[in-house]
Amino acid sequence: MRTLALDQSVAMIPDGASLMIGGFMAVGTPERLIDEIVRQKKRDLTVIANDTAAPGRGIGKLVDARLIRKAIVSHIGLNPETQRQMMAGELEVELVPQGTLVERIRAGGYGLGGILTQTGIGTTVEEGKRRIDVDGKSFLLEVALRADFALVQAFLADYLGNLSYALTARNFNPVMAMAAATVIVCAEHIVPTGVISPDHIMTPAPVVDYLIANS
Amino acid sequence: MDAQTIIARRTARELAPGMLVNLGIGIPTLVANYVPDGMHVFFQSENGLIGTGAPPEEGMAHPMLTDAGGRPVTALPGASTFDSAMSFGLIRGGHLDLTVLGGLQVDQTGRLANWTIPKKLVPGMGGAMDLVSGAKRVVVAMTHTAKGAPKIVRKCTLPLTSTRPVDLVVTELAVIGFPNGRATLLETGPGISVAQVTAATEAELVIPKDVPEMAF
Repeated sequence: MRTLALDQSVAMIPDGASLMIGGFMAVGTPERLIDEIVRQKKRDLTVIANDTAAPGRGIGKLVDARLIRKAIVSHIGLNPETQRQMMAGELEVELVPQGTLVERIRAGGYGLGGILTQTGIGTTVEEGKRRIDVDGKSFLLEVALRADFALVQAFLADYLGNLSYALTARNFNPVMAMAAATVIVCAEHIVPTGVISPDHIMTPAPVVDYLIANS
Repeated sequence: MDAQTIIARRTARELAPGMLVNLGIGIPTLVANYVPDGMHVFFQSENGLIGTGAPPEEGMAHPMLTDAGGRPVTALPGASTFDSAMSFGLIRGGHLDLTVLGGLQVDQTGRLANWTIPKKLVPGMGGAMDLVSGAKRVVVAMTHTAKGAPKIVRKCTLPLTSTRPVDLVVTELAVIGFPNGRATLLETGPGISVAQVTAATEAELVIPKDVPEMAF
């Protein structure tokens, strides 16, 4: 793990990159990284996240700045601008049931090709997918997702990069931290190694590539 | 009593001590206001919380403690937090006793459409498909009609949320179940006749000999 300045970390992200971004309605989203991506105008991004938050908040800022080419999300209902861009054909949106989305990401990070779920069977979600029967029950094959970068918001990070999360700001963060080629972390608090008890570390240091330094 | 209150109070009677329950947005959220005195149930927010409490007092909101709509909530003593993979493991894995959701349409076999009106309302399914496919018991809490049009229909014209039929529909006019895969009138709303229910329902309803009025 290396510590990096915010602008240097975002400078590593090329236009066209795929990003997993933690957070649920911007709760647990690394806002500093989002703001810096907007400042550096990274374009044609594929964003994998639970939702696109709301205008002016979290991933909504990337939508406002028209930096996203494709969004793979479960919900856009609270962001009218995402819906507008989707209807206008300016932004491609792949809607995925929330439980399936997190499991596809988990599969990507855990070395699995995909998962089998009953969610979506017989609905529009099934279109183009394989059905697999196991013990007399039908499941959909949902394939794994990985990304070039995971942008993770932690509550505590220690000097080695061990992470813990707070309350409902955990959501997709620890799952995404396993599923990207490069993992960049923002933390509310950077604390000395040893402050987070081993039992309370939710993401172990070796999966973290970069920790954004305090400014 | 207005329609929403009737629906929320009647739906709350489906709660039992110790249940793990997920409430959707809208009328379902109101069910939490009518938990019987002294009964303990666990409410889940699918963004990663069991033990969801009422909204905090003015000035006490925590930016990292919200419900699935992103609104500030409190956490009750005994609450637990977890990531989204566990949250949906709870939902799909047979651990969620009851989910209460809103509905756009329910057909006469109990199939629910509640996530999209193509080309008009495309919010995404969020957790709805997992909840309807995975919860042990699915209750739809919704108004009986929308702008006068029946919502309990012969066949859903809107895209389905799941092919798994719901267990119960609670409206201000009726409680409807689906024994043997057929919509069956189980109760009528306060002061509502069977004829009033059938007039507001497009689906073919099985009407038992005795249909009691809703009790609260």
